[in-house]
Amino acid sequence: MSGDLRLQGVVKSFGSFVAVDDIDLTIPEGSFFALLGPSGCGKTTTLRMIAGLEEPTSGAVHLGDLDITYLRPYKRPVNTVFQNYALFPHLDIYENVAFGLRRRGVKDVSGAVNEALELVELPHLARRKPAQLSGGQQQRIALARAIVNRPQVLLLDEPLGALDLKLRRQMQVELKRIQTEVGITFVHVTHDQEEAMTMADTVAVMNQGRIEQLGAPIDLYESPQTTFVANFLGQSNLVPATRKGSEEGVVVVDCQGQLLHVPAGRLTTDQSAFLVGVRPEKIRLADPGADASGMAATAALNRLTGGRIVDASFSGVSTQYLVRMPWEQELMVFAQNLEVGDLFPAGSAVDLVWQREHTFGLVGDRVAGVE
Amino acid sequence: MVHVPIPTAEHPPAPAPSPRGRRWTPYMLLTPGMLWLAVFFGLPLVFVFLTSLYVPAPSGLAGEYVPAMRWANYSEAFVEYLPQFGRSFLYAGIATVLAFLIAYPLAYAIAFKTGRWRNLLLILVVAPFFTSFLLRTMAWRQILADEGFVVPVLKALNILPEGMALTASPVAVVAGLTYNFLPFMTLPLYASIERIDPRLLEAGADLYGNSFTVLRKVTLPLSLPGIVSGTLLTFIPAAGDYINAQLLGNRSTTVLGQVIDSRFFRIVDYPAASALSFILMITILVLVLVYIRRAGTEDLV
Repeated sequence: MSGDLRLQGVVKSFGSFVAVDDIDLTIPEGSFFALLGPSGCGKTTTLRMIAGLEEPTSGAVHLGDLDITYLRPYKRPVNTVFQNYALFPHLDIYENVAFGLRRRGVKDVSGAVNEALELVELPHLARRKPAQLSGGQQQRIALARAIVNRPQVLLLDEPLGALDLKLRRQMQVELKRIQTEVGITFVHVTHDQEEAMTMADTVAVMNQGRIEQLGAPIDLYESPQTTFVANFLGQSNLVPATRKGSEEGVVVVDCQGQLLHVPAGRLTTDQSAFLVGVRPEKIRLADPGADASGMAATAALNRLTGGRIVDASFSGVSTQYLVRMPWEQELMVFAQNLEVGDLFPAGSAVDLVWQREHTFGLVGDRVAGVE
Repeated sequence: MVHVPIPTAEHPPAPAPSPRGRRWTPYMLLTPGMLWLAVFFGLPLVFVFLTSLYVPAPSGLAGEYVPAMRWANYSEAFVEYLPQFGRSFLYAGIATVLAFLIAYPLAYAIAFKTGRWRNLLLILVVAPFFTSFLLRTMAWRQILADEGFVVPVLKALNILPEGMALTASPVAVVAGLTYNFLPFMTLPLYASIERIDPRLLEAGADLYGNSFTVLRKVTLPLSLPGIVSGTLLTFIPAAGDYINAQLLGNRSTTVLGQVIDSRFFRIVDYPAASALSFILMITILVLVLVYIRRAGTEDLV
C-alpha cells in the first residue's frame, strides 16, 4: 500500500554498542502496531529513527514512496507522543495543541484544535497550563497535540508508562477507540506485553536490537518461535527433549524418558535435541493414571507422569500450582477454579495432561526473556 | 461524654510542641541579614538622602554644609549632568545587549553540547574573577592599543578607518563593560537553559519547528527567568560603573559614576553627589520594575 512504513536493514550503533541490529519491518498503513520488548532492547531507538530524532547508522526508512531516512524531524509527516508527554510548560493547553498547526502556517487553528480536544474529551481545559493537569489529562493532551496534525504515522513512546494501573486500562481502550476513529497508523512502543496484546493488530517482539518474532498477538502467544517470546509473552513450561521419530504430521519425542507428541507444524527446528513447550493454563492435573477432569482420554493427549505438587497458591479466579517432575524441573500449571473442592493439596502426586495441539517445540536458551 | 484525662503528679501532661516557638523561627532566621541591611544600607541611605538636601554653610568654607530641605539640589544636578546620565545608561544598555548576544550561545552550548567538558568550561567562565577587576580592565588598554593585535587587523580589513584609535574611546568603554560583566550574564543564562528538558526541544522539532523556530518558541521563552536575571545583573552594575569609563575612556565619555566620584572626593560637593546617587538609584529601580513587569516573570533564575 502507498502509505506503508518500511524499515530496511536499519542499524543504529552508539560507539561500540549496537542498539538496533539490522531490522526489516513493514508496518501497513492504518494499522495499530506495537514494538514490544524489555528495556534496552532498542525499541525506543527504532521509534526515534522513524521520528527523525536519531539517524540510522545504516539502512533506510521509507514512508510510502518517500525516503525519510535522513529527513529532518520537522519535515516528516510523523508525530510523537513522548514518554512523560513533553508538553510545553510555558504555553497553555490550547497553544500546546495548536503548536504544530501554527508551525505549518495554518491560518485558522481553532476548529482543528477544538476538535482534537473534543476527541480526548478535555475541551474545558483549553486555557489551563500543563502543570495544572493530572498525569492522565496530560497524557490525553499529548495525544491531542500530536493527532491534531493528522500525521501519516503516530508514534507512541511508552505513553501509558507513568499512569497507574486503572487509568492505564482505561487509556488502552481510549487509544484503541481513537485509532479506529482517525485511522492513522499507530506505532506503539511498550514493555508491557499485556498492553501490546490488547491494543495492537500486529506485535513485533524485540530483544537485543533484533526482532524475535512478528505477528498477531494470538499467533505470538500460541505459537512462539523463540524461547524469548515463549517466556516474555506470558509464561511457558520448556522441557529439554529429543526427537524419536514421526508419524503422519506428528513428531514423537522423548521427553525425559516419557513419550510426547508435537504437531510437526509447531516444531521450529530440524535438530534432534530441542525444548518442548506448553503454556501453564493448557495443562490439566489428574490423579496418577486417571483421566483429567473435562478431558476424555483420547489418543490426542500428551501426558507427563510422576509429578508432585510442591506449591499451590489460590488467587481467586485460578490456582497456580508448581509441580516438581522426576527430573527435578518445576513446571507451572494454572487451573481455573470451576468447581468447589477440586483443589489438589501440596504434596499430592499428579500427572500433567494437555492436548497435543497446544504443544510446541523450539531451540534456544530455556530462560531467555524470563522476567 | 468526653473523657478528659486529669493530670496528676505521677502523670504530668505531655508538653505540647510550642506553636509560639515555631512562629518565631522565620524571624530569628531573618534577623542577622536584616540587621546587616539596616545598619549598613538602611541608615546610610537615610544619611545620603538628608545630605542631598543640604545647603552650603554660611561660613562659605568648601566642604561645610548645613541641614536644609533644598529640593532644587536635585533639579540642578540633573540638568547639569544630563549628558553623563544619558551616557551611563547608553553604555550599560549596549554592553548588556552585547553580553547577551555573546553569553546566550555560550550558555546554550555549555548546557547542551559539551558533555564532559561542561564543568571545565564553567570554571573558565568564572576564571577571570581570579584576577583583579582593575588589572583586567587595564589589560584592555593594551588589547586595544595601536600596536596591539586588534587595531591592525581591523584596519587591514578596512573596518577601522586609517588614523583612528580605539584607546580612550567609547568603543573601549563598552568593550570593557561587556567583558567585565559577561560572567554575570552567562551564569544565570546557563542555570536556566540547563534546566530545560531536552525532550521539549525534540517535541518542538517533531511538531514541525525548524531549529530557529524551536529556539524562538521553546528555548527562549523557557530561559526567560535567566534572561531577566542575567540582564539585570549586567545592566545594574554597568549603569553605576565608573572604572571602565575612567580607565578606558576619554574626556567625552564621562559617566555619572565619575561625576559622583569627583563631586564627593575632589570638589567635596556632598549635596550634589548625594542627589546624583539618589537619581541614579531611583532611575535604575524604576527601569528594573518596568522591565520585570514587561517580561512577565516573577522568579529570577
